[in-house]
Amino acid sequence: MSENETKEYWRWKEYNWKNPDIPDWRGSMVTAGVDVGSTSSQAVIMVDGQLYAFSNMRTGSDSPSSAIDAINWAMEGTGLALEDISFTVGTGYGRVNVPFANKAVTEIACHARGANFMYGPTVRTLLDMGGQDCKAIHCDERGKVTSFLMNDKCAAGTGRGMEVFANLLAVPIEEVGDMSLSVEEEPAPVSSTCVVFAKTEATGLLRAGWSKEKVLAAYCSAMASRVVSLLERNGMEKDFAITGGIAKNSGVVKRIERILGIEALKPNYDTQIAGALGGALFAKALAEKSNKGKIAGR
Amino acid sequence: MIANHGYKDGSGEYYISIDTDKCSLCAEHGCLDGCPGQVFEIEFDDWDEEVATVRARERNKLKQICAACKPVSGRLVRLPCQIACGSEAITHSW
Repeated sequence: MSENETKEYWRWKEYNWKNPDIPDWRGSMVTAGVDVGSTSSQAVIMVDGQLYAFSNMRTGSDSPSSAIDAINWAMEGTGLALEDISFTVGTGYGRVNVPFANKAVTEIACHARGANFMYGPTVRTLLDMGGQDCKAIHCDERGKVTSFLMNDKCAAGTGRGMEVFANLLAVPIEEVGDMSLSVEEEPAPVSSTCVVFAKTEATGLLRAGWSKEKVLAAYCSAMASRVVSLLERNGMEKDFAITGGIAKNSGVVKRIERILGIEALKPNYDTQIAGALGGALFAKALAEKSNKGKIAGR
Repeated sequence: MIANHGYKDGSGEYYISIDTDKCSLCAEHGCLDGCPGQVFEIEFDDWDEEVATVRARERNKLKQICAACKPVSGRLVRLPCQIACGSEAITHSW
């Protein structure tokens, strides 16, 4: 078997991070959000409302284990134990399966809250491009959802669809976006609305002599036009931001911006952690409300 | 909040929209029995208010389920779920 056949081009980088500007959490209120999504899981730990640590990893075959792995990885090297966390919110598809969570909150509410923290209070329209669904969310200046719309009927317009294409074309998923933008002339989008048929269509295009770049451009373009229709249905208002894994794909983001005629806000954080971040913010508010805001390490 | 439950596919958009600000004020929940397709259920939302939602297992089948209540001619009628909803919180996109 050749190396190409065994390489997993869809596999994105899993990692954890700790804020070097917060030397210690003792004497502070520690809250956490754990987002167990269909494809990826994130845990975010906040100290007095500031981002302290997070992990970003692939969801395993069972949600409770994924939640535990994610929080353990986020706590790695911090000296924190689960008992030090005042309040934990579970979110995402597996939110009810986070064994140590104090409350479950929908990913729609958490993404809006997280985006409000990440991009600031001017965000009104949010597009969350998740692993297996896509959500258009409208929110107010406090990050509270005013309307939402979700499409999880098929994989078109989702991270999983992009992973399928990365593997088909043997292009590492992190390079798909830039590669798709390297075409001199923008091709017509692939016409299939289903990712399975889009893959078949792409195979045909490759056989017809299209370059990988051109096929990727056609797929990114199709994905952009599909999600824009969701945004337009839910109502489009500036400022506009994108969260989720596909927000890291410049090829899709640029094409969405081009169709809408609006630039998306540039992220200062990993766009995949928005849901867990929102969860940690909900956790802080709920801890204060329920007087569970105990001080860690005391 | 306007919660749009449903989907878009190659044949069109099929969303049931629920205005949860109106819905949360209702104590009767007429939609539960008013819908012949039984697509609604009551849940606590993120702010612990009771609101109607479309059952998860029905969300991607609305075109088929709701077809029974929609005239083939496309003539506009008030649907049984809309009549049952005292808060006028339910709209359909198609």
